[in-house]
Amino acid sequence: MKLKIAGGRVIDPAQKLDKVVDLYIDDGAVVALGEQPENFVAEEVIDASGQIVAPGFIDLCAELGEPGQTRRGTIASETAAAAAGGITTLVTPPTTSPVVDTTAVAELIQDRALDSGFARVLPLGALTKGLEGEQLAPLHALATSGCIGFTNAREPIASSLVLLRALEYAATHDLLVVFQAEDRTLVANGCMHEGSTSTRLGLVGIPAAAETIEVSRCLLLVEETGVRAHFGQLSCAGSVTLIEQARLRGLPVTADVSAHQLLLIDENVDGFDSLFHVNPPLRSASDRDGLRNGLVTGTIAAICSDHQPQDEIAKEAPFAATEIGMSSLETLLPLSLIMVDEGWLEMSDLIDRLSRGPAKILGIEAGTLEVGSAADLCIFDPEMRWSPTADQLRSKGKNTPFKRIELKGRVTLTLLGGIPVFRL
Amino acid sequence: MFESKQPHRVQLTANGQLKHFITTEGLPIELLTEILDTADSFVDMGAQQVKKVPLLRGRTVANLFFENSTRTLSTFELAAKRLSADVLNLNIATSSTKKGETLKDTLMTLAAMQSDMFVVRHSDSGAAHFIASEVTPGVAIINAGDGRHAHPTQAMLDMLTIRRHKGDFTKLRIAVVGDVLHSRVARSQLHALRTLGAAEVRVIAPRTLLPRDVESFGVKVYQDLTEGLRDVDVVMTLRLQRERMTSALLPSESEYFKLYGISDDRLAFAHPEAIVMHPGPINRGVEISSAVADGRRSVILDQVTNGIAVRMAVMSMAMSGQQAERQAAIEGATTDEA
Repeated sequence: MKLKIAGGRVIDPAQKLDKVVDLYIDDGAVVALGEQPENFVAEEVIDASGQIVAPGFIDLCAELGEPGQTRRGTIASETAAAAAGGITTLVTPPTTSPVVDTTAVAELIQDRALDSGFARVLPLGALTKGLEGEQLAPLHALATSGCIGFTNAREPIASSLVLLRALEYAATHDLLVVFQAEDRTLVANGCMHEGSTSTRLGLVGIPAAAETIEVSRCLLLVEETGVRAHFGQLSCAGSVTLIEQARLRGLPVTADVSAHQLLLIDENVDGFDSLFHVNPPLRSASDRDGLRNGLVTGTIAAICSDHQPQDEIAKEAPFAATEIGMSSLETLLPLSLIMVDEGWLEMSDLIDRLSRGPAKILGIEAGTLEVGSAADLCIFDPEMRWSPTADQLRSKGKNTPFKRIELKGRVTLTLLGGIPVFRL
Repeated sequence: MFESKQPHRVQLTANGQLKHFITTEGLPIELLTEILDTADSFVDMGAQQVKKVPLLRGRTVANLFFENSTRTLSTFELAAKRLSADVLNLNIATSSTKKGETLKDTLMTLAAMQSDMFVVRHSDSGAAHFIASEVTPGVAIINAGDGRHAHPTQAMLDMLTIRRHKGDFTKLRIAVVGDVLHSRVARSQLHALRTLGAAEVRVIAPRTLLPRDVESFGVKVYQDLTEGLRDVDVVMTLRLQRERMTSALLPSESEYFKLYGISDDRLAFAHPEAIVMHPGPINRGVEISSAVADGRRSVILDQVTNGIAVRMAVMSMAMSGQQAERQAAIEGATTDEA
């Protein structure tokens, strides 16, 4: 299929490109920017005037619910939601049931994603069998069957010896290890950030040290082993500092943050609204500013959705008794755009954090619109105002606090390998 | 960006009347004073031979205790009966929730039995607020304790006891002693004392029993009991649960009593006319010595008596708030039709 995307402002940080230019697509790939190739007859001309054309977003953390938790979401429903959010590639954690510790589960996820055809899905494999923190999962076999990296998710490996060995083994095969850092003993039965809001609400707090202690431990072992490591969904300013220092020492470490952590803080929990019950918890305003600064300096190279769909019942209880998570694929762009509106990032830097940045973390050829690359892209109107509603959200999880809240910026078209997978 | 769902907003009608009683936080001084004034009149009534008033006649009050408490349940039951309500006591800790029924289903079922008021005790902070805002907004919710969040009727009975003994709050130095971290009573007391304009509020406890940023309640923090008790007019002790000893918060009961227990020796540092309070049940020799608990400065039994009056006051006020709101809704609907 031959497509011409006409009159859009094409922003591609990989080429340092930011100008109004036509873009030509043939056979699933970008074939030209600017000048129309000879003999090119577009089957469809997409008018992108007044809009931004960007590489498809790459989301480093989105739960899909499948296999095993399909009342929360299916690969089909959640990848359709991703497409609506402009996301063309997403990384999904191994916290399915069963967990991704066998090649069969890894392959099943990829097969279902291919069948659905809305987005490229890259599974993360479990670092240890059953995420139990005792025995190594078959890392090499899992990598061979498509796992992009390995993590023990939010099941920290208690034994530093097991962790050290897991990292050594991953380093042997040059595999990427992803940390979602938390110290279980400090989290205990906490359900929100420990601070004046948790004190007033009488909710059990999770201190910032629950994250920074685990980040420190992991960094020391990364230094010991030289493994490629990525820290996902940071919530504390202190973690950003630790990672910045490690990078200055030359450690091969990267980090991301979820869009909602850039915007929301613990005070939003005042009112016990369970839609703000997330993990890591929403932290203080100064943590939020630390995360924003990390994004500006590049210590944090990617913004992810940290999408966790939940069914309605999961959120209908007193705060601490509710399930954790926010449905956030479809709000990734408008929440991220607030960074541009408030002057923290240039538009091209924001797009870098949503596409090229995460691609580099993963070491994949994606996140660019260079001639010859796959035509994974999205077109969005940064000024369009809209308010998400439960009916309109494609995700099975309607658990977002942004329902009926006016947001700015909306994806109008998403292409996956040159094929439209979402049109507004 | 977001509309505030803070608890104190949920509990008031558009006209600022009480329709649920979930927390003392954020309530205006006029409303707290109204509760105290109303309760005052009920205290006097309790001393008479006929103790009943017909304010809640024909109404059904359901006491829903998801956490066991014989004492609190009894005082609520008595308060409802003195207001002439029909009372249903449900000890849910041992029934439906164990069968997997959700809290929401349990409450919807009880609302369908046409209850007018739920008195709710639950181990989760925010439970009463959740019920009032999400489940059954048309049923008056009285919070009888939710997790560590609030126990507003206990706090108001303490305020009533202080006012009846000491009068004007703006002249008082008050110390809250003990396990503030786990205490819903303390949180409700601190909010109420601040609103009522207490001259100085102190909290006295080791750091393991104080929540982060406790100063945000507008209190002075003392780690030393003698320092903290100096010249105070009111000593409010908090209950210390036995399981705190096994969770690395404190080394032992005897060490706690030695450092933070209220004994006559320690009380000597307070104002000579200082009163001593405790929400009960008392651990004698842990938070307070028997001599103090039974001594002339103890007002612990007055607290119990005042508790019934305060509960009668908030129950009758919340019921009339609900009624006023229903009336307003009906009138609003009629206006729309016209």
